[in-house]
Amino acid sequence: MTIDKAMNVLIVDDYKTMLRIIRNLLKQIDFHNVDEATDGAEALGKLRAGGYGLVISDWNMAPMTGLQLLQEVRADAKLKATPFIMITAESKAENVVAAKQAGVSNYIVKPFNAETLREKIEKVLGNA
Amino acid sequence: MHDPSADPPLSERLEAIRARYPATQPAMVAEVVQSVLATMRGHLTATETMLLSEVEELGQTIATAKAEIAALKVDDITASHIPSATDELDAIVAHTAAATDAILETCETLDQVGAGLSGEAAQHLQDATTRIYEACSFQDITGQRITKVVAALKAIEAKVANIVAAFGDRRGAPAAPVPPPDAALLLNGPQLPSNAMDQSDIDKLLASFD
Repeated sequence: MTIDKAMNVLIVDDYKTMLRIIRNLLKQIDFHNVDEATDGAEALGKLRAGGYGLVISDWNMAPMTGLQLLQEVRADAKLKATPFIMITAESKAENVVAAKQAGVSNYIVKPFNAETLREKIEKVLGNA
Repeated sequence: MHDPSADPPLSERLEAIRARYPATQPAMVAEVVQSVLATMRGHLTATETMLLSEVEELGQTIATAKAEIAALKVDDITASHIPSATDELDAIVAHTAAATDAILETCETLDQVGAGLSGEAAQHLQDATTRIYEACSFQDITGQRITKVVAALKAIEAKVANIVAAFGDRRGAPAAPVPPPDAALLLNGPQLPSNAMDQSDIDKLLASFD
């Protein structure tokens, strides 16, 4: 399985410290082309402009939650195949089920480590 | 035979009395009821006397609770204690955020230094900075937990004000109820370790869909 680590990854979180942490962890596992969005609307704008091979999004954002972003992505004919990983502190079964039903590619619960991030990305991109 | 339709429910009778005597105070009603009950005492059976005694005791308990609630300095709670607690919590978030940013900045500097190294030392340094990045995610979870605590404090504030308005100090208007979180958004926030699913539980749940 060969993963294209030069792909553009969009990370979405309304908390800039978390964006910084995820960006650095992605860098540690050799994903260097990382772009950021601080809310769902900005993320959708960037995604529609094109060029992203993976979305990593938080759930707990306002006004558009990560789940709503995922639903928008899956409802968009051009974006619906984009791998989408949710990274969130929402660890209730109802959240995981809702995300899966909305078409999430994988789900990482906070706190997480670089190894989990690497493993889930490889799994998602390996299946893409 | 007794016709229930001719006997309006107690709530309706009370409403009618309230409409006729809008200025009636609860203390006046209690006094009248006490007087009536006192006159009945000689005509009651043993069971009814015991029941009456229980009711009187209950009344005293309510009166004591009412006095205690009235004595609460609710203004202090709503005007000082809870805002102060939420301000302190906001300050905790701000201070830990600033500290986390400083740690991240230092860590990024270490990564730049590591880029100039090679071999075991470079790997060792990268492993260390990775662990620091991982640990720094505490800030996000701490912030979300504190947000939940602030929401709980605000709910307590509203409920205390409502209780006091109902039983004690009638000077203040009841506080506006805190709206429940929007269930449609499924925002539960971080769970306590005893309630939370860990990553392996989530992996199993996701796999069950395949």
